[in-house]
Amino acid sequence: MPRRTIYHAVTERLEILDEHGNIDPELDPHLTAEQLLALYRTMVRMRLFDQKGLNLQRQGRMGTWGSLQGQEASQAGMALAMEPQDWLTPSFREHGLMEAIGVPMRQIYAFWRGDGRGAIYPPHVNCLPQAVPVGTQFLHATGIGLALKKRGERAAVVGCGGDGATSEGDFHEAMNFAGVFQTNTVFFIQNNQWAISLPFNRQTASETIAQKAHAYGIPGIQVDGNDALAVYVASREALERARSGGGPTLIECLTYRLRDHTTADDHTRYRSADEVAEWQKRDPIDRMFAFLAGSGVWNDEREAALRTAINQEVEAEVEKFEQMSPPPPSDIFDYFYEVMPWNLKEQREQLLTEVARC
Amino acid sequence: MLRTEPITGNDRRVAPAEVPKTTRMTLVQAVTRALYEEMERDPTVLVLGQDVGKDGGVFRATEGLYEAFGAERVIDTPLAESGITGTAIGLAVAGFRPVAEIQFMGFVYLALNQFFCHAARLRNRSRGRYNVPMVLRMPYGGGIRPPEHHSESYEALFVATPGIKVVIPSTPYDAKGMLASAIRDNDPVLFLEPKRIYRAFREEVPVEPYTIPLGKANVVRVGKDVTLISYGAMMRPTLEAADAVARDGVSAEVVDLRTLAPVDVETLTASVAKTGRAVVVHEAPKTGGFGGEVTALLNERVLMHLEAPVQRVGGFDVAFPPALLEDYYLPHRARVVEAIRRTLSY
Ligand SMILES: Cc1ncc(C[n+]2csc(CCOP(=O)(O)OP(=O)(O)O)c2C)c(N)n1
Ligand SMILES: [Mg+2]
Repeated sequence: MPRRTIYHAVTERLEILDEHGNIDPELDPHLTAEQLLALYRTMVRMRLFDQKGLNLQRQGRMGTWGSLQGQEASQAGMALAMEPQDWLTPSFREHGLMEAIGVPMRQIYAFWRGDGRGAIYPPHVNCLPQAVPVGTQFLHATGIGLALKKRGERAAVVGCGGDGATSEGDFHEAMNFAGVFQTNTVFFIQNNQWAISLPFNRQTASETIAQKAHAYGIPGIQVDGNDALAVYVASREALERARSGGGPTLIECLTYRLRDHTTADDHTRYRSADEVAEWQKRDPIDRMFAFLAGSGVWNDEREAALRTAINQEVEAEVEKFEQMSPPPPSDIFDYFYEVMPWNLKEQREQLLTEVARC
Repeated sequence: MLRTEPITGNDRRVAPAEVPKTTRMTLVQAVTRALYEEMERDPTVLVLGQDVGKDGGVFRATEGLYEAFGAERVIDTPLAESGITGTAIGLAVAGFRPVAEIQFMGFVYLALNQFFCHAARLRNRSRGRYNVPMVLRMPYGGGIRPPEHHSESYEALFVATPGIKVVIPSTPYDAKGMLASAIRDNDPVLFLEPKRIYRAFREEVPVEPYTIPLGKANVVRVGKDVTLISYGAMMRPTLEAADAVARDGVSAEVVDLRTLAPVDVETLTASVAKTGRAVVVHEAPKTGGFGGEVTALLNERVLMHLEAPVQRVGGFDVAFPPALLEDYYLPHRARVVEAIRRTLSY
């Protein structure tokens, strides 16, 4: 038999909550009411925190802002599954996930305002600064996962990126290394179906991103990225596998970017209002609301109270963010090396003299 | 009072009889116009890159091309700079003239392996059998307060890599004529667009195609006391500094290099031999920047004419800072004036 099938691949998709908020009883992860509400609160926080970023930008109080709206279920589902010892290597759109694991909103606002000090995170949060060069951070997740494994830590690292990022060579190298070294890594792709103006079907000829895992000999799964429960279950499984030395996993969350790529973009140039409206109907927050209301643990009144409370919290963060003193000019030199070389010392002096003169 | 001297740009003498019609346009419009004209006159010219098609490019530099020439010639690529560059090399080897866009120069590192190891060398490696007539174009430089990695000026890396031409226009007129030349050139050309001045001003630009030869600097102002040498977005603070010192009776000659590789050594040395003093201005970090190369060339060739050491005004030797601090980083008029005074008081 000279010609035969030597490899056969199957890729699974996981959905637990349908678009109307009905749960699949067989797949129900049986979260406690407390966990469910925490998950929901996290999603609403992301939405309101993100919306505030957009509003600030419109008022000229913010730099470029890349909205995460539409992707709350993906980011909150993963956040709920992460444990404090886990690591995160985020891209530019993971501010929701970062906030959920303990990065203060004011830091994230400051970062996108153009203040380098915004990437200072609380010491107990294992998170690298948001990576702007697309796809580069996956390899750091491979390396961190390898370090965790070498030290025998019961911890994992989540390497984030978008559908566009999976086209960069770094993504493939990261998965390949992780597969070979069996690192404690979870590759977490939010396929929001657009990379600026490029639709997913022009990004790759593959039907899914999840199936790319096969090529690297690691498990891969697609989940409904607007279903927080499905994301949570897949993330928990993958993180558990990674923490216990079972190697890396690729998770593809199929979701949708509801807003412009960033405030510098105009999405009406390249996609139809109908398409956006179609996805608005699948809003991840509405879906979770329907589920919680259906189970009797949530209602409009509690919703209103929650939104008021979160908005107050967001406003308080904005106030702290806006009260931050401007970064000192020396900030551009002071953290560049452990020991400052002569040329930086000289130039720093030169700049401070110039500033003092004006 | 400002004493402004007439602009004596040599290229502005394009015979008006041949190109009677002009229209006012910005630098980014001139880029678009050049792409359009070259695609129209040569069916092998292709445009490829991220968001260059339907979206018209994040700076609108390829606006309208997709509508005019279709998806076969204006190609939205997957998100991979090495992919864009390496594919362009293949297209170029096999008979096309690709103009590949990198969205921001901060992301060009991903393209370097292909551009340096192959585009720059293929003619030589194949002993002349293959050549790579491609243009790698991208916005570079600071001044628009974007997020990290959107303001870089890495031109010196390319100048240090044999096999590549490096072109940086500072005006709409130059942008159109030099991009046309870059596209028609049979060797790989890096074409850097100063995004800070993409829309900063308009000038009259001939509506017909024309070319400006690569490798020719432009003496944009004639003077006798000191030569100011710059390119791209830094031409503005350089000219402002020339105005400022003119008030004290200092007559500065201003050279817009326009092409960094191969640099117009004749214009440079002739000017400095005349003035005896030179200041080089760029926004890339001073250490390892193109200013060092200019200084070395002048030392090698006109040392005996120099009345003072060549002065360099560059960015600091740090990563381009986040938006709130970028004004502290970018060279400005006062820093250039200070450097002029240092050469004069030497
Ligand atoms: C290496 C690199 N190339 C280009 C860019 C410009 N850019 C920023 S985001 C983006 C699209 C990213 O798409 P995707 O990975 O799907 O993430 P999303 O924006 O949808 O979250 C591009 C092209 C960049 N930041 N880095
Ligand atoms: Mg995307």
